[in-house]
Amino acid sequence: MSGSLFTLDARTKARNAAERRFRAYGLGAIVIALLALVWLLISIFSAGLPAFRQTFLTFPVTLDASQLDKSGTGDVAQLSKITTITYAKILGQSLEAAIAAKGIDLGGAKPKQVADLISQESAATLRSKVMADPALIGTTIDFTTLASGRIDGYYKGRVTMDSAALDKNTSPEQLRLADKLKEAGMLAVRFNTGFLTMPDASDKRPEAAGLGIAILGSFMIMAVVLVLSLPIGVAASIYLEEFAPKNWITDLIEVNIANLAAVPSIVYGILGLAIFINFAGLPQSAPIVGGLVLTLMTLPRIIIPTRAALKAVPPSIRDAALGVGASRLQTVFHHVLPLAMPGILTGMIIGLAQALGETAPLLLIGMVAFVRDVPGGLFDPASALPVQVYNWTQRGDPGFVERASGAIIVLLVFLIIMNTAAIILRRKFERRW
Amino acid sequence: MKDLVMETRVDTQTIKIKAEKAQVFYGTNHAIKDVDVEIMDKTVTAFIGPSGCGKSTFLRCLNRMNDTIPSCRVEGSITLDGDDIYDARVDPVQLRAKVGMVFQKPNPFPKSIYDNVAYGPKIHGLTRTKAELDEVVESCLRKAALWNEVKDRLHSPGTGLSGGQQQRLCIARAIATSPEVLLMDEPCSALDPIATAQVEELIDELRSQFSVVIVTHSMQQAARVSQRTAFFHLGNLVEFGETGQIFTNPKDPRTESYITGRIG
Ligand SMILES: Nc1ncnc2c1ncn2[C@@H]1O[C@H](COP(=O)(O)OP(=O)(O)O)[C@@H](O)[C@H]1O
Ligand SMILES: [Mg+2]
Repeated sequence: MSGSLFTLDARTKARNAAERRFRAYGLGAIVIALLALVWLLISIFSAGLPAFRQTFLTFPVTLDASQLDKSGTGDVAQLSKITTITYAKILGQSLEAAIAAKGIDLGGAKPKQVADLISQESAATLRSKVMADPALIGTTIDFTTLASGRIDGYYKGRVTMDSAALDKNTSPEQLRLADKLKEAGMLAVRFNTGFLTMPDASDKRPEAAGLGIAILGSFMIMAVVLVLSLPIGVAASIYLEEFAPKNWITDLIEVNIANLAAVPSIVYGILGLAIFINFAGLPQSAPIVGGLVLTLMTLPRIIIPTRAALKAVPPSIRDAALGVGASRLQTVFHHVLPLAMPGILTGMIIGLAQALGETAPLLLIGMVAFVRDVPGGLFDPASALPVQVYNWTQRGDPGFVERASGAIIVLLVFLIIMNTAAIILRRKFERRW
Repeated sequence: MKDLVMETRVDTQTIKIKAEKAQVFYGTNHAIKDVDVEIMDKTVTAFIGPSGCGKSTFLRCLNRMNDTIPSCRVEGSITLDGDDIYDARVDPVQLRAKVGMVFQKPNPFPKSIYDNVAYGPKIHGLTRTKAELDEVVESCLRKAALWNEVKDRLHSPGTGLSGGQQQRLCIARAIATSPEVLLMDEPCSALDPIATAQVEELIDELRSQFSVVIVTHSMQQAARVSQRTAFFHLGNLVEFGETGQIFTNPKDPRTESYITGRIG
């Protein structure tokens, strides 16, 4: 070890080279991970963001009393006999009249093609509007409603003149007419709150499909999971960590909890189907069953980080509390638990976030069903966000692909909110000792 | 060594804690063997001995802190004012309010200075009003010679104090439950000489109200603060007597080798 400090010896050079190589590997790994993330986000956002915008038609609709209220009495029982077919007819006629009134040339589009610019959903929307307010009959109202999925696709680049020529659901004439309506201000592409509030729609109406029930269902499921797994998980962890005697039974429990955390989620679905639906007789597709199944799945995933957080509290704090005569329960609740709180909350929220994105067990308990009615409680059928994504990717109409990506964005936003909450809570509760 | 021993005198002859044939096992490890000790009221008793000889183990027996170690087993009899503290009727929680403890490493709660001291009185219901509690906190901090340093920041965290202040805070916390005996396990080992001197002075003052048992690896400290000294070696109590006698005229050759620095 002689020589000038200014000349590096061979060992130092080799060590420095090894360090540089290691840094390069690490940097490379991070760059690859970041690229993958960026790629994922770009593909999801480019496919999903259009779902938040929708093409709407606005035109005056004449609610002809001779068609809607043949008896002329305004009797609700009579009114409800009028089906959406009549309303669809009225919508078609009104749109045609509105186009004529603006002096727009139909460009060869037939009346049926004009009527098909309007979403099939619109007749139902108009009918419920009239049923809610029968006084509208006989008047002319300004009605804003969804354009059909193909027209919407045209403004999102999914449908082109060439594809329309081959598509039996639309035609180039329709698209050209839509362009003219847009110029005349009767057609516009706007933000679509319906995507977040409306229920799912049938295969032919991607433009009307929304996440309302799926979001509500996911919220209910998460509420069940939170209410059950927080107290059970924390109580189990505290007991195992602070009170349970250390013997082979607790060792066995510990090993089993670790194993349960690694059990594939679909197994919990099978378990839930067998226990909650077939044995206990709870209804299918209900958020309560989804919540129970996901609670089973989440519990071990909460107990493990909670126990780790409790274990990380220095024993000197326990000694201090016991030393002034605190009972074990007081020691835990006054001193250990507050210090373990950041870790417990983080584990809790990460467990919930995993449960929020879980699909397989929910499919098994029937949450994949088509639900149009807003669930009134935990026992009514509902959908869930990840299941809705799965569901929409199975549909034929390309409008649903965009919807599925949009739903993924919503799911990601919820997950980001939860993880941010975890970080904020962690910061808030973090204290030094 | 001899000139360090102060002219001290044992004030009372009331026996506070009495251990007879005390044995401690950690699993199969026999850590304390046949220890007989009498701890007097209003006296500072020092436990000295080489590392690993069982001083902490024996000290922790006196307020049953060993209960928290699953493998630990205590035999023989240890009495406080004549009551066997290992009797099935004794709740260790109640015992620990009477026999307070200060640990080797300062371990204030990560709460405010005020809450650190107020915690014991609160859980034992020693005070009825906020004003009473304030009074207890102040008097304990005064007794621990910390009041003047912290009176303006009672609500800032106790963990933000210096090591010596933290240890005095722990002493204040321990005396806030009005214990009858105060156990201290090497309370100065993490402190600098100035803080050590402050704590030692404090121990001497505390003697007027409590019986104090202090474990120390510093023979000078034992000589300075204690009236009685017990010398432990390999789990045995080798010699126990007045501090002056132990340091000037040890009866056992092992004690003599230890205090002259030949075993350590
Ligand atoms: N928690 C424990 N578990 C098992 N053995 C222990 C434990 N604490 C101390 N011991 C053993 O007991 C003996 C005495 O230790 P201790 O009382 O800490 O000695 P000292 O305080 O005199 O240095 C040592 O042999 C040590 O290994
Ligand atoms: Mg020790």
